[in-house]
Amino acid sequence: MALFDLHDVSARYNGRVVLDNISLCIAEGERVALVGRSGAGKSTLLRLLYEQCAGTASLLPQEPGLVRTLSVFHNIYIGRLNRHSLWYNLANLIRPLNKEVDAVRAIARRMGIEEKLFEPVGQLSGGQQQRTAVARALYQASPILIGDEPVSAVDEHQARMVLENINENHTTVLIAMHDTTLAIAYTDRIIGLRDARIVLDRPTAGMTPVDLDDLYRT
Amino acid sequence: MTSTARERAAARGQPSPMVRTSVVFVGIAVLAAFAADIEITTADPWSEFGRMALGAVTPDFTATERLAEAVAMTVAFALLGVTVANICGFALALAFHVRAVRVGCAVVRAVHELFWALIFLQIFGLSPLTGILAIAIPYTGIIAKVYSEILEEADHAPLRIVPAGSSRISVFLFARLPEAWVHFKTYALYRLECGLRSSAVLGFVGLPTLGYHLDSAFRQGNYAEVSALLIVFYIIVATMRRWMHRRLLPVYLIGAILMMPGGVDISMANILRFLGSDIVPFPLRMAQSIDGATLAALGHWTAAMFTEEALPGIVNTLILTMIALVVSGIGALTMFPLISPKFFGKRQRIFGHAVLVIIRSTPEYILAYVFLQLWGPSMAPAIVALSLHNSAIIGHLIGRHTESMKIRADAPRGVNLYAYDILPRIYPQFLAFLFYRWEVILRETAILGILGIPTLGFYIDSAFADVRYDRALFLIIVTAALNIAVDTLSRRIRSRLRLKTTLDNG
Repeated sequence: MALFDLHDVSARYNGRVVLDNISLCIAEGERVALVGRSGAGKSTLLRLLYEQCAGTASLLPQEPGLVRTLSVFHNIYIGRLNRHSLWYNLANLIRPLNKEVDAVRAIARRMGIEEKLFEPVGQLSGGQQQRTAVARALYQASPILIGDEPVSAVDEHQARMVLENINENHTTVLIAMHDTTLAIAYTDRIIGLRDARIVLDRPTAGMTPVDLDDLYRT
Repeated sequence: MTSTARERAAARGQPSPMVRTSVVFVGIAVLAAFAADIEITTADPWSEFGRMALGAVTPDFTATERLAEAVAMTVAFALLGVTVANICGFALALAFHVRAVRVGCAVVRAVHELFWALIFLQIFGLSPLTGILAIAIPYTGIIAKVYSEILEEADHAPLRIVPAGSSRISVFLFARLPEAWVHFKTYALYRLECGLRSSAVLGFVGLPTLGYHLDSAFRQGNYAEVSALLIVFYIIVATMRRWMHRRLLPVYLIGAILMMPGGVDISMANILRFLGSDIVPFPLRMAQSIDGATLAALGHWTAAMFTEEALPGIVNTLILTMIALVVSGIGALTMFPLISPKFFGKRQRIFGHAVLVIIRSTPEYILAYVFLQLWGPSMAPAIVALSLHNSAIIGHLIGRHTESMKIRADAPRGVNLYAYDILPRIYPQFLAFLFYRWEVILRETAILGILGIPTLGFYIDSAFADVRYDRALFLIIVTAALNIAVDTLSRRIRSRLRLKTTLDNG
């Protein structure tokens, strides 16, 4: 059964066409990478897909949406705000409960930010912030993850670690990324966008980065 | 892209809109100066000055045995008033999209805390409620507006990622409040500093704060005591950020509540008489029924009030405000280099900082009071007091602003640097600060009437003194309307000139 289903969808931004008659089907369990140059329409497409699943997905927008003055713990905890009562949330805001700290710490450890757990996110490096955002998405534990460049600010080693964790924790994964090698290694379907259109859509099996060069050629 | 007004003016070889606006305001101030009464009426304007100066350098901390109590009272009223205002202001900030809330806040903040005090004195007498409400009510209006702007400007990105189905309050607490909270804390501290000044000044209408003791010390010519009181006040204000810790706040608040003077009966009959009868315009109060004759009498009453008191009050208030605004601007542009690292070395700047701190920590009401003692009642003391205080505030902000400015290594120095580099660069920021202070200067101008200068406050104070509360209330409403009008005009000018329209500390 198709989880996402787009039929002849177009979108404009400031009068410019950013998506031009896109049709797309994505089934549950698929891991899809959106590739293409900046401005090809990846972010807009992800936003449309996120709207389609109406909040049942964890979202990792390009701007990570972190609360800079809150600690790493609180930013990760936000991923489960909907699972607890207001009073429980309030108590954790003022003084984190041990039970929650332990659960969040386990995820932070996997993302390599455990020692920063109680530092305000605003004081972390770009890479640490990005990993905090990923940790929040993992903690949210939705079946679907939609991510816009979730590994743009970390090195390759960490990028692999992040993508492995994402794949382990979510059954359906949709991510936009620049790095074609990683896209091929960690997803099983690649959708190539160019000038607001889908110009490529095929399984990654047997693919090499060279096959994607056309997308980036001027 | 549309070209800005500035670019279009430049293309035509005309001065920029900012320069033109400045010239218009200076022109208005010059005209106002011709109309203003700035005569010095005392026979020997400097006779008291020697004794004041002597008192200033020989503070006598033993002159009042109640010095400590006066200081504690000043802090207590400020703390309670500002705390109440923070709670109410925060709650109203959440409802600031409601038009009625916005209008209500604009109205309550357009009335100066001294006028609120004069009103509550009639209702509650010299009870603690009078002082607390006089600070809390106008501050609530100000805080609601500022907090709603802070919430508006806070980063909205976290709202996108919160999981669906989270309760609205949880989302607010986690995704919106934390970012605004930092700014709330900074602003609340700044408000407390203003609250200390307001609280001190409330003493002049009889509350047991510093102003009360200042007033009696001035009257007795005991300037050594005046100087001791002011020095303690400066220390309290200057060290506020050291003693004002979040954890200590509950202790302070309990202390403040315990300190409040008791034993003043609040009479319900008094309150009802004030609200139900005293403030009702005289012709209505006297009328048996609302008929044509009553309405005619009311019309006559209103017209007479307007032409005999409101109009002269408005004219004088505006004359004084315009002069003080322009002189403040000139003063600020003269003073800011004193604390700017672009003009003076570190040691020299200590002097500049000391001068600016003292001038801006002294409430303009007290400065005006001092100059009135010297020169007698005319606009001159008020102009000097308002201009000094406001130039020091704006000069301080501009001076701090120049600290972070980058200047190329081969830039000119001294006057050339000032005229060709710094001044053109700070001018938009300077105008933004100055126009932001416009309404504040107007509020203060009205208040200085209580000291005998015939601005609106003079007529309001006289009406209270004559127990004609209907007239007092009418004039307070006129004053509030004038404030709102100037505030609106100032906002229009700022947005037309594309000056940054919100300032989180003014």
